[in-house]
Amino acid sequence: MDNELNELYQQVILDHNKNPRNFGTLDHCTHEAEGFNPLCGDKFDVQMEIDGNVIKKIMFNGSGCAISKASASIMTTIIEGKTVEEAEKYFEIFHDLITSAPDAEIDEDALGKIAVLAGVREYPSRIKCANLAWHTMHNAIIENHDTITTDK
Amino acid sequence: MINDINKIRQDFPILAEQVYGKPLVYLDNAATTQKPQIVIDTLRDYYLHENSNIHRGVHRLSQIATDKYEAARETVREFINAKFTDEIIFTAGTTASMNAFAYSFAKAYLKPGDEILISHMEHHSNIVPWQIACKDCGAVLKVIPIDDNGELMLDEFEKLISPRTKIVSLVHVSNSLGTVNPIQHIIAKAHKQNIPVMIDAAQSIQHLPIDVQKLDCDFLVFSGHKIYGPTGIGILYGKKKFLDEMPPYQGGGDMILSVTFEETKFNVLPYKFEAGTANIAGAIGLGEAIKYVKNIGLDFIATAEGELLDYATSLANEIPEIRIIGTAKEKSSVLSLDVKGIHPHDIGSILDRDGVAVRTGHHCTEPIMRRFNIPATTRASFSFYNTKAEVDALFASLQKVIKLFA
Repeated sequence: MDNELNELYQQVILDHNKNPRNFGTLDHCTHEAEGFNPLCGDKFDVQMEIDGNVIKKIMFNGSGCAISKASASIMTTIIEGKTVEEAEKYFEIFHDLITSAPDAEIDEDALGKIAVLAGVREYPSRIKCANLAWHTMHNAIIENHDTITTDK
Repeated sequence: MINDINKIRQDFPILAEQVYGKPLVYLDNAATTQKPQIVIDTLRDYYLHENSNIHRGVHRLSQIATDKYEAARETVREFINAKFTDEIIFTAGTTASMNAFAYSFAKAYLKPGDEILISHMEHHSNIVPWQIACKDCGAVLKVIPIDDNGELMLDEFEKLISPRTKIVSLVHVSNSLGTVNPIQHIIAKAHKQNIPVMIDAAQSIQHLPIDVQKLDCDFLVFSGHKIYGPTGIGILYGKKKFLDEMPPYQGGGDMILSVTFEETKFNVLPYKFEAGTANIAGAIGLGEAIKYVKNIGLDFIATAEGELLDYATSLANEIPEIRIIGTAKEKSSVLSLDVKGIHPHDIGSILDRDGVAVRTGHHCTEPIMRRFNIPATTRASFSFYNTKAEVDALFASLQKVIKLFA
């Protein structure tokens, strides 16, 4: 398999796709939003329990391709336990990464777990897949309840 | 005529392209077909030597362009065996044809409570224009269900058709299932109750012989780009007796006889439905594409594509992870696949890196996806210019996907 495909479908992504973390619904949820990609039908709900300023719990539910699902799963493992400001900061870091040039240098230390999604940059048609859960999380935080779509 | 596949492939320069350093395996023919050199040359020559506006100028180029445009109309008429050349209306494509038709037919004939009968396997372009029309005129959309093989439930059709039915609008070949519908039978049944029938031939015109007089369909639509012609050109065929009664869809130049601020007299057919400067090059290109298809021969096309579909179907059936969506007895060259647990967009990306172009998604047929409880399919669609080696490449790549996601 060629290198770019290996970059996109890394073991970490395949693993998160197969065994998504924090997949399901919260009993007690303070913030939630729905994300939908009409291009491919990917659909995810993101639910959070925010106590004071801390995201105590985050779960996602729905269906989509491996990239969207793995991205959502990875996101929840990063966001859980963080403050709202930290979550928004990660949203920005992720957004900057995914919209950077495919050959732009990446700072793996700064990106942490997000770095595995860098391969998506090679596939412009798949960036919306990777984006979906992140935008949905952001919408849940800012309490925008319109279904967000990444097909823009 | 004996066709040599290598020679045929040379007619389509794009087939020699490489994608990511691998030979292009183009299996997205139901989305759009590639163009033979003769069509490309025709477009180029038109813009190089003949470009001008039609039906207007008295100058030489305008006459050439007008003659060629009208000759293309005659080529289309002959191809579908319409009775009159002015029953052939040029549009921007199937979707444009359907919108013009639904609007105009509804204005002329539909009243509150009237029913429009479509099927569960329609493309969105044979659903949404009707929904818009229904909102305007108060008519109601009724849907013929399909079974698990993706075939129309004809007994349900018989129950749904009634004196309230004012039009049956049906796809000939399903773009996402490949089902070939028994349109001759449906037209005959509808006509027994004096109900006109519209046939969406977007996915059949390039595969099956169509004779509108023999079928006795009242309307038929298709796109140029799916029959090896350019994009942005399509056909709305209608029986003169209806088209004469139907109001124009758009107003403007070319569709009028005379205009004052008080009153406009509409032009005769087909110009009544062709407002504005048409896609002249596109129409001429479509004419050439049809001549090319006739030269290849619809018999040859049916045989070649039938062999490819049978071969691909047998390979798909050997792989336990693969389920074919659309297993009708009569199928055209579409193979829609559900690969267990793997999203079609992941499949599409991996196939793409092997140079294999397929369509992944809902194919503008969301009701079908819901019917089969899947978000999307991976669709390979074949043309006579494809080879068994290309089908092998598709399945080699699919095996790679299955292994990766195991």
